[in-house]
Amino acid sequence: MKRAFHWLFPHPLLTLLLAVVWTLLQNDVSAGMVVFGLILGVIIPRITAAWWPDSPQGFRVGRMIAYIALVIWDIMVANVEVAWIVLTRPNSKLRPTWVVVPLDLRQPEAITVLAGTITLTPGTVSTDLSSDGHSLLVHTLDTDDPDAVRDEIKQRYERRLKEIFV
Amino acid sequence: MTIEILATFAIGICLLIGAFFMLVGVIGLLKFNDPMTRLHAPTKISTMGVGALLLASVIHSYTFGNGSAHQLLVMAFLFVTAPISANFFGKVNIHCGSCETPPPPAQDKTWATLDVPEADREIAEQKDA
Repeated sequence: MKRAFHWLFPHPLLTLLLAVVWTLLQNDVSAGMVVFGLILGVIIPRITAAWWPDSPQGFRVGRMIAYIALVIWDIMVANVEVAWIVLTRPNSKLRPTWVVVPLDLRQPEAITVLAGTITLTPGTVSTDLSSDGHSLLVHTLDTDDPDAVRDEIKQRYERRLKEIFV
Repeated sequence: MTIEILATFAIGICLLIGAFFMLVGVIGLLKFNDPMTRLHAPTKISTMGVGALLLASVIHSYTFGNGSAHQLLVMAFLFVTAPISANFFGKVNIHCGSCETPPPPAQDKTWATLDVPEADREIAEQKDA
């Protein structure tokens, strides 16, 4: 029974997400559309399961929502800071630096979310992963203390992501 | 009636915020003088600028007539895809050497972009020369 469920729904959350996206695309919350979305949500993960063999097992949805709210707040705050830098700071006084962030996260999905978060928050862009995936290369627009940037990324985002992807 | 007035003000404020951040992003793109710092400008536009404009659109569609949630999807897709293009720009910059050489990683040999497989090393050297 459990195996049959796993065969039919390799990624239950993806099934749900596809159904929601389909309903939003149709812009019409009717039974027919929801059912059709669910059908798509079953077929697409089933067909593509072969290309995603080691999917993350534990994923806490509640904490992910809290994390998204935190990131949106950070994006707004950082946007204002970066806008201030762009408008007031001359190029010669800008201090762009590379920051190397050593990673404790191991799952590729978690590292992808962390890299995306770093890029979306203005002022930092994640650029590259080391050849064996043990550290992340981050470019910062303006900082006087690269270590503080590294510690903030680890403290604020990576610690939370470790709790989301268990 | 009052709700419509409030909504109109909210839409106006959202449009102004969005337009402001778009403008700042463009100024940043023109002002910065090396490729890596220039990369920081579009990340701002795609998050705050487009976000505020789409929020205005959502409020408008829900107060005046047919509500639509397409904009939320636009925002979600944008937030998922924007970091990937920024990542590729950064990789190209490292590859072409158009920025400062990044410091070596703490634990591994090198960065993934610079990690040329043994078989291709000869070609890579020819290209450099």
